[in-house]
Amino acid sequence: MTASESQVIAATDAELGIVPSSKPRGMLVRAWEVFAENKLALIGLGFIVFIFLFCFVGPHIYVTNQVNTDLTSFLCTPSGSHLLGCDDLGYDELGRLMAGGQTSLEVGLASAVVAVLVGTLYGAISGFAGGFVDSIMMRIVDAGLSLPSLMVIIILSVIFHPTPAVIIFIIAVFYWFGVARLVRGETLALRNREYVQAVRVIGGRPLRSVLRHIVPNAIGTIIVQATFAVADSILTLSVLGFLTLGVAPPSTDWGTMLSGGLQYIQGGNYWWLIYPPGVTIILTCIAFNFVGDALRDAFETRLQRR
Amino acid sequence: MVGFLIRRTGQAIFVLFLVTAATLGLVHLFPGGPVRALLGTRATPYLIHYYEQLYGFDQPFYVQYIKWVGQLLRGNLGFSDKLNLSVTTLIAQDLPKTVIMVLLGTVVSLLFGIPLGVYQAVHRNSAADYALTGLSFLGYSTPTFFLGIVLVDWFAVDVHLFPPFAPQSSSVISILAQPRALVLPVFTYAFLLYALWSRYMRSSVLDNLVQDYVRTARAKGASERRVVWGHVFRNSLVSIVTLLGLSIPTLVGGAILLEVVFNYPGMGLAFYQAALNNDFEVLLGFTVLATVATIAGNLAADIGYAVLDPRVRY
Repeated sequence: MTASESQVIAATDAELGIVPSSKPRGMLVRAWEVFAENKLALIGLGFIVFIFLFCFVGPHIYVTNQVNTDLTSFLCTPSGSHLLGCDDLGYDELGRLMAGGQTSLEVGLASAVVAVLVGTLYGAISGFAGGFVDSIMMRIVDAGLSLPSLMVIIILSVIFHPTPAVIIFIIAVFYWFGVARLVRGETLALRNREYVQAVRVIGGRPLRSVLRHIVPNAIGTIIVQATFAVADSILTLSVLGFLTLGVAPPSTDWGTMLSGGLQYIQGGNYWWLIYPPGVTIILTCIAFNFVGDALRDAFETRLQRR
Repeated sequence: MVGFLIRRTGQAIFVLFLVTAATLGLVHLFPGGPVRALLGTRATPYLIHYYEQLYGFDQPFYVQYIKWVGQLLRGNLGFSDKLNLSVTTLIAQDLPKTVIMVLLGTVVSLLFGIPLGVYQAVHRNSAADYALTGLSFLGYSTPTFFLGIVLVDWFAVDVHLFPPFAPQSSSVISILAQPRALVLPVFTYAFLLYALWSRYMRSSVLDNLVQDYVRTARAKGASERRVVWGHVFRNSLVSIVTLLGLSIPTLVGGAILLEVVFNYPGMGLAFYQAALNNDFEVLLGFTVLATVATIAGNLAADIGYAVLDPRVRY
């Protein structure tokens, strides 16, 4: 019996209910099974856990002073007391990487959550409402998507002197448009399903349909978007930091660290000012992208064989 | 088709209205108003009042908006007091430099991204496919400026192979006459765009490979090369043309960072300096220009898609 024949027979058996199946598993459980088969995604997930531990638990183990400057250790080379050397203000670079990472990760996660929440509600309401309301709401999204985001983000950062909370808002303002458009697409496909129409027939309020039926069924798209949003937000924050529009000292983020190190690039071999923050940004974003990619496969129902 | 064109253009004009209103509104977000931002914190109330009248900021927003759009339509994008130049002059100076850099970067990235994307799709799940996928993930996750810094560190500081700056000349011809100085900026720009095209091309070719017309072509006895390059490639190219039209915000954003990293005197660098100087007339003018380009690009992408793909009829 060839492999394809056995597959056919297995499928028939399952259809006939001959093969005893375990109790029906939820979408999230099945999604996790597909996700866990993807090695890159597991590596990415592992790295994300590591980088969170590094940034939030690390400072309690590798204790450094990240508030006061220490000009006696100006640009000191990596040694036993300063594992990755110091920057131009005498901050320990490894400790700085942890402190900056806290900002980068917090801002990345928070703007992703804000953008995805707003975008999901907006898109679901727009798609569910349909007609003229949908048309107007989507033109607003089109307008948002045609703004050159980096230009406006730069203008906003110049206008509002950025604290992390302001930066979260500035990044989220530009990210929710794309999410809204995707969720609206999902909603259009879902709104004519029987179970959604049933709610309408028995007199359920529209908001109930949106929150209880549309959003949970679009959750795959939403989670995938949220994952990519984290990576994009971390990149955007690093761009602002590089343009010296990031968080104010003594706080820092990975982009601001890079921007500081750039001044010394031609003055000698100060590799520890550039490569640690840069490589950390890249690895973190790759990790989130790996996870996002695998999640997309996991929620794609046609790939769920079981 | 004519109906679609009219409807789609109408949408674009409505979007243009929303975006320009939002852009003008942005200027009013400056703490103390745009005039205080321009004149600085030590400006006297009299001076502020004088300049507010001069710019018309004392009038209702809709009056300001109508006057501003009227000026835009006449080609007057404002005047930069900080640079003592009209914004139109500034754009005329800097736009060709930015356009040539964006064009070079885009062409180089397409030359690599399209064939490699097709190759990846045809040889999917091979070692080469995984390696190239890794490369495009790297492209997605690397900040433009960091790649620029690393390349300068390697090829301009450690090995004096290329200059660390982009050409500083003011004319396009003399910029093109310095190919060595162009290598690093063009490569940086191209690498980040490469990820975009190759990923898109790969999935587009994969989608096309399972279509019926591919089976027909194979059944006729067409060689694999003819199937891939004669049929699938041409169909996949349609979606790349669309993607190009939709990528203008990405191209603009990349150009700003590239010009800051390599100190290239184009529109991106001028925009960044204007932002640091609160030079809001320049910020407004450049943002409106980029927005109009984006909306035009989206419109062109939609129409191009309808023209290139006969199955799409709205």
